[in-house]
Amino acid sequence: MNEQLVTCTALRKRYGTKPALNGVNLELGRGRIVGLLGPNGSGKTTLIKILCGLLQPTEGAVLVDGQDIGPYTKSIISYLPDRMYFADWMKATDLFDLFADFYADFDRTKAMNMCASLGVTPSDRLKSMSKGTKEKVQLVLVMARKAQLYLLDEPIAGVDPAARDFILNTILTNYNENGTVMISTHLISDIEKVLDEAIFLKDGKITLHDSVDNIREREGKSVDALFREIFRAHNFEGGAF
Amino acid sequence: MEWSFTDDRPIWQQIVEQLTLKILKGEYPPGERLPGVRELAAQAGVNPNTMQRAMAQLEADGLAVGSRTAGRTVTNDVSVIEAAARARAKAAVAECLRVLEELGYSGEKALAFVKEELNHE
Repeated sequence: MNEQLVTCTALRKRYGTKPALNGVNLELGRGRIVGLLGPNGSGKTTLIKILCGLLQPTEGAVLVDGQDIGPYTKSIISYLPDRMYFADWMKATDLFDLFADFYADFDRTKAMNMCASLGVTPSDRLKSMSKGTKEKVQLVLVMARKAQLYLLDEPIAGVDPAARDFILNTILTNYNENGTVMISTHLISDIEKVLDEAIFLKDGKITLHDSVDNIREREGKSVDALFREIFRAHNFEGGAF
Repeated sequence: MEWSFTDDRPIWQQIVEQLTLKILKGEYPPGERLPGVRELAAQAGVNPNTMQRAMAQLEADGLAVGSRTAGRTVTNDVSVIEAAARARAKAAVAECLRVLEELGYSGEKALAFVKEELNHE
């Protein structure tokens, strides 16, 4: 097992001429819950998609568990995309079959138990489910794997605050202890207390990567408050409104 | 029990304070087994590493005693608990006196006021 789970070096990604990642250097250890925080368009989803192998970086290197992105890294990464990619005639149980075929580490019993505790009926078709329920099904699929790296892109955006707490609890109690969870979001205050580390991404660059405790101790304020301060200052600087 | 956290300080410190209070109040009596880190973390809705850090502090304070196999228990040494309660009470009184002084009640006047309030109850 490699010491660092994720290593990114001078990572760049351009869409045409438009830069999305602008030289990202990142190291992530194991057994951590990490928040990937940044405003819209800061590169959160791009970074996650590169780690999953869905996008090729324009420049720079990425290693997951010491390996280049490929079949091995895909087998140890569990990815929750920012949008639904399943056909709506499928039932949750169909998806469990699909996941059991694709991923050796998928635990069907765990998935069924998680459905029960989240109040999802696995025999329902996706098209009969509300947006929040579909998100729960996706979360169940992702968290029922015994992966080393969980990449959750906006897992709580579409659900009500009560379900949000429940989902965070599901993440807390179900992640594999040697696994690292990276959660991208801009709903920081909701997830702050479950995080070990926070990464601030701004214009495709990491501007801050530290433990939440250190940030609170040093700044005397929450990560959410710091985020608002940093990004507000940027948005309005020098501009007359 | 309800956990509540403020924004200005690290969460693990706030957990230490809240768990300490529960021990001092006797909600976790001396010698009682404390719930596991994962269980407490789920209860409080915080990261297990955060809870682990808080428990390590409770151990360092002498309020919790760890054993590798049986988990952690509240210390059986009542003198440690009493000393911690005294320290907490002392801080509470100091804070109370500070507020009274700001309001213009100092020294004898503060004492007389406190006595008067006690008799009312």
